[in-house]
Amino acid sequence: MSLSATTAPPSPSAPPPTPPRRRSRAITLNRLDLKLSPYLYIAPFFVIFGIFGFYPMLRTAWMSLHDWNLIGDHSFIGFDNYTRLFGDEYFWNATINTFGIFILSTIPQLLLALFLATMLNRTFLRARTLFRMAIFMPNVVSVAAVAIVFGMLFQRDFGLINWVLSLVGIDAVDWDAQKWSSWTAIASMVNWRWTGYNTLILLAGMQAIPKDLYEAAAIDGANQWKQFWRITLPMLTPTFVFVVTLSTIGGLQLFTEPLVFGNGNIIGGDQREFQTLAMYMYELGIENLSTAGYGAAVAWAMFVMIALVSLVNFLLVRRSVK
Amino acid sequence: MNKASQRLWRTSPLLYIALVVAVLFSVYPFYYMVVIATRSLDQINDVPPPFTPAGEFGANFGRVLDNDAANFLTGLLNSVIVSAVVTVSVVITGSLAGFAFAKLRFRGRNALLLTIIVTMMIPTQLGLIPLWGMIQDLGWYDTLLAVTVPFLVSAFGVFMMRQYAIQAISDELIEAGRVDGASTFRIFWNIVLPALRPAAAVLGLLTFMETWNSYLWPYAVLTPENPTLQVSLAFLSYAYYTDYSQVFAATAIGTVPLVIVFIVFGRQIIGGIMEGAVKS
Repeated sequence: MSLSATTAPPSPSAPPPTPPRRRSRAITLNRLDLKLSPYLYIAPFFVIFGIFGFYPMLRTAWMSLHDWNLIGDHSFIGFDNYTRLFGDEYFWNATINTFGIFILSTIPQLLLALFLATMLNRTFLRARTLFRMAIFMPNVVSVAAVAIVFGMLFQRDFGLINWVLSLVGIDAVDWDAQKWSSWTAIASMVNWRWTGYNTLILLAGMQAIPKDLYEAAAIDGANQWKQFWRITLPMLTPTFVFVVTLSTIGGLQLFTEPLVFGNGNIIGGDQREFQTLAMYMYELGIENLSTAGYGAAVAWAMFVMIALVSLVNFLLVRRSVK
Repeated sequence: MNKASQRLWRTSPLLYIALVVAVLFSVYPFYYMVVIATRSLDQINDVPPPFTPAGEFGANFGRVLDNDAANFLTGLLNSVIVSAVVTVSVVITGSLAGFAFAKLRFRGRNALLLTIIVTMMIPTQLGLIPLWGMIQDLGWYDTLLAVTVPFLVSAFGVFMMRQYAIQAISDELIEAGRVDGASTFRIFWNIVLPALRPAAAVLGLLTFMETWNSYLWPYAVLTPENPTLQVSLAFLSYAYYTDYSQVFAATAIGTVPLVIVFIVFGRQIIGGIMEGAVKS
């Protein structure tokens, strides 16, 4: 196996005279170094990821075929956990909640990010770094802190948002008591924290579009609106796929915002108004250790949903641009 | 849009007004955090709600420190330790593996690199329940090992460093090192690592913020006796959610380090995020 030989051509200049024995040993060492070093350098990643990342994922699949108690016994039951999912009211409730919050957070967020990125992309903009930093700043705060602050903003009796609503004659809303209102409050946290991040990503995509495309379009008489639809959006497709995929992976795993918003109640509101799939999985697998096998089935169901939604997004975004 | 309106939009204050409104929305919750953290409890319940800071921060934060239920200072210290260790490890292992994938030849390189890319797409929660069981079996429950060791490496880190190494390090430079008889590690240490510094800094900052802010996993394996900062904050807010000024004083203190990091290094962080987006 002389794969490594290509990276190290023998030195053309004659090596200094060394005793033959020491030289051959040096060559062996050198060979070993060339052959083994790459594996040595990637080993830390694969060892730790293998143990704490990859193995648990496989084990989730194995567990989901069992009636499994995390601190007790387990017995093989085949696909029973998965058939049970179909009739589980709480599972479908969590699915609807997750997707409801996901839609309320992703769509406004992406539209707003697209708008802000277009604004930040103007040639003559002043103080651009300042604007970029300020818009990105929410992403720096921890989700727990965001949820605490927004929980207070949405507080029923003396929260700022109900006060503003009262100014325009709307009665105080009990935000965590209904589905639509709790979803709105939780989605607003996600929107607040991630709009700036997505703005920067879209802005980066816009700046990578060759300027001469716009110049040529301007010469052909295309106005800015037309340029946006015909050049910016189509050229932004790869960036959009990236942003939407990230939002999907993050959005369907939503956990901390609803948990902290509901003061740590894992069922998400008195009537499970805002329990997400991740919370339901946590409730089954870690709060009640005895239903870990069923929780593992929920984890795989989540994974399949994320994969499917990502695929649909990808196809939709690609088709709408063509 | 006609010519006149184009020119108006390009130079007009309208654009700035739109951006300033966005900035206000972004920054207001930070300001609000400060307002509530510096108010006494009875002032918070006023109608209309308070809009300016007051002088009660010391008293509010004093209640946080006296609160045995949340162990705030332990949480702060734990978060510093965990974030620092994870950051250093992710940067070093990422640089080593990124260098190997970018510049060294070995059997299975492409397949292994593909594994890493696929790994980045897999939702982390998939392995959550068995990992919790493993932590129990290892006897790591409620110790810092549980929130440190599984995060010592990152697929994103390896990928990011590899992308950077490809364009930042010329093959000639490495060849030259080989001709001079330098070992691979020497080449890494003396040639590669200095060249990777800008990307390593960005990766370090992003990793630090992510570790500092992570909640789900620490919440699953730590107790209020030995929390990280976020876990401590959450327990504080669950137990004392009526005492907003205390909870907000703690939240503000927990947020300040990141805001400082961001103000100092914001340019690099933003540059790194935007560059990464174009490349991937």
